[in-house]
Amino acid sequence: MVSVENPLIMSIIRGLIGVVAVILFLSLNVLFLTWLERKVIARIHVRYGPNRAGPYGLLQPIADMIKLLTKEDIVPEKADKLVYNLAPMAAFLFALMPAAAVGIGSGLIAADIGVGVLYIAAVSSLSTLAILMAAWGSNNKYSLLGGMRTAAQSLSYEIPLVLSMIGIVAIVGSLSTQDIVAAQSQTWFGIIPKWFIFYQPLAFIVFFAAVVAEMGRIPFDLPESESELVAGFHTEYSGMKFAMFMFAEYIHFVVGSALVVTLFLGGWHLPIISPFVENLGWIKYLVQVGIFVAKMYVIIFTLMWVRGTLTRTKVDHVLSFGWKGLLPLALANVVITGVILSI
Amino acid sequence: MSVGEQYITIALFVIVGAIFPVLTIFVAGLLRKPRTPEAQKYLTYECSVLPFGPAWVQHNVEYYMYALLFVIFDVETVFLYPWAMTYRSLGLFATVEVIIFIAVLALGLAYAWKKGALEWMHGWR
Repeated sequence: MVSVENPLIMSIIRGLIGVVAVILFLSLNVLFLTWLERKVIARIHVRYGPNRAGPYGLLQPIADMIKLLTKEDIVPEKADKLVYNLAPMAAFLFALMPAAAVGIGSGLIAADIGVGVLYIAAVSSLSTLAILMAAWGSNNKYSLLGGMRTAAQSLSYEIPLVLSMIGIVAIVGSLSTQDIVAAQSQTWFGIIPKWFIFYQPLAFIVFFAAVVAEMGRIPFDLPESESELVAGFHTEYSGMKFAMFMFAEYIHFVVGSALVVTLFLGGWHLPIISPFVENLGWIKYLVQVGIFVAKMYVIIFTLMWVRGTLTRTKVDHVLSFGWKGLLPLALANVVITGVILSI
Repeated sequence: MSVGEQYITIALFVIVGAIFPVLTIFVAGLLRKPRTPEAQKYLTYECSVLPFGPAWVQHNVEYYMYALLFVIFDVETVFLYPWAMTYRSLGLFATVEVIIFIAVLALGLAYAWKKGALEWMHGWR
């Protein structure tokens, strides 16, 4: 064993382990999700979905990956080459950054920074920048239209998203995601969990709608409405650069769902089971991650279900819903929470 | 773990997040089949017809008003966070102040609403 004395090197090693763990966790989930989404949507459409590569088509993501790796990379002649090539990288970077402050178990978090929730809100809004870069760099009319819509949509839903978290922050008195989950560990009578969805139902509705809009999923998938804008900002991308956008999008999906679970659904706590495994060493962590991932997939499945059920909304309706519906509700929630907490 | 250490991790996230896609795209460049250049391939896509001029033209961004409103409301939101963090020690007085603050905000929103700033394409009516 090499003894490392320098605390800086130690923290860099710890940090690197965190980064690698997060990328691995996200990649595995993204690979699985690409298969799951196609399968679920196919079942909703009364189709079979992927069923050729491996059992139940489970190897389909691998086949897709090989295909994307070997695709020819076409850069349009008229594109702004620098911006065009930087955009997919920026998309991946800005999708990865919020994941740093989301934990999947007590202590199982890459960076438990004190400003956790605020950090997530701040860096997740950066991904709009990547989409705008792609839209502008492509020099394609559809892409530009899609990019402009995305900017308007993300800006509009950013405010309800951030406002709806204030109630929870006020209850917990901390911005750290670890503290927020720890505050939801108690139960009423041992069976009903004290999750924030019961304390802040209004905030949950606002947050859920806003997070779906930030992810750009149906019914708010205007950034890449394929039937009107031929995939919007990534029309001109092919091969691995296209894959980067897809990767980033599914990372948003995973992180967004994880955030809903962390803030409102008690994170890795489940009544009856959680107190039972509290003193079981490493099994505790295994159970915590299991609970967290299971809850995350409930949210993910719900969103796929929504995708299979609803249609895309019009741009003006999306923006009206954000400004005239969610924003007043979020403001009201802050006032109600403030009054109730002060009494 | 100290606070500084957490931010080292964040910095590492930025570095790895920037290198990872560069590396992946580079490796994909080594693996893919050789280019078969053809003039039509590098045209901008426009429903399979020849592109009609560049996309970089002056056009009416009707919804710049949302951006202006966003700047106002986002700053206000950030002001609310310190209150939420410390409301226990600030007590009822701060809550009343925050409610007045939100009332002013809501008034601003109502004004923008009335003025039609929240309408898509309000200039066309």
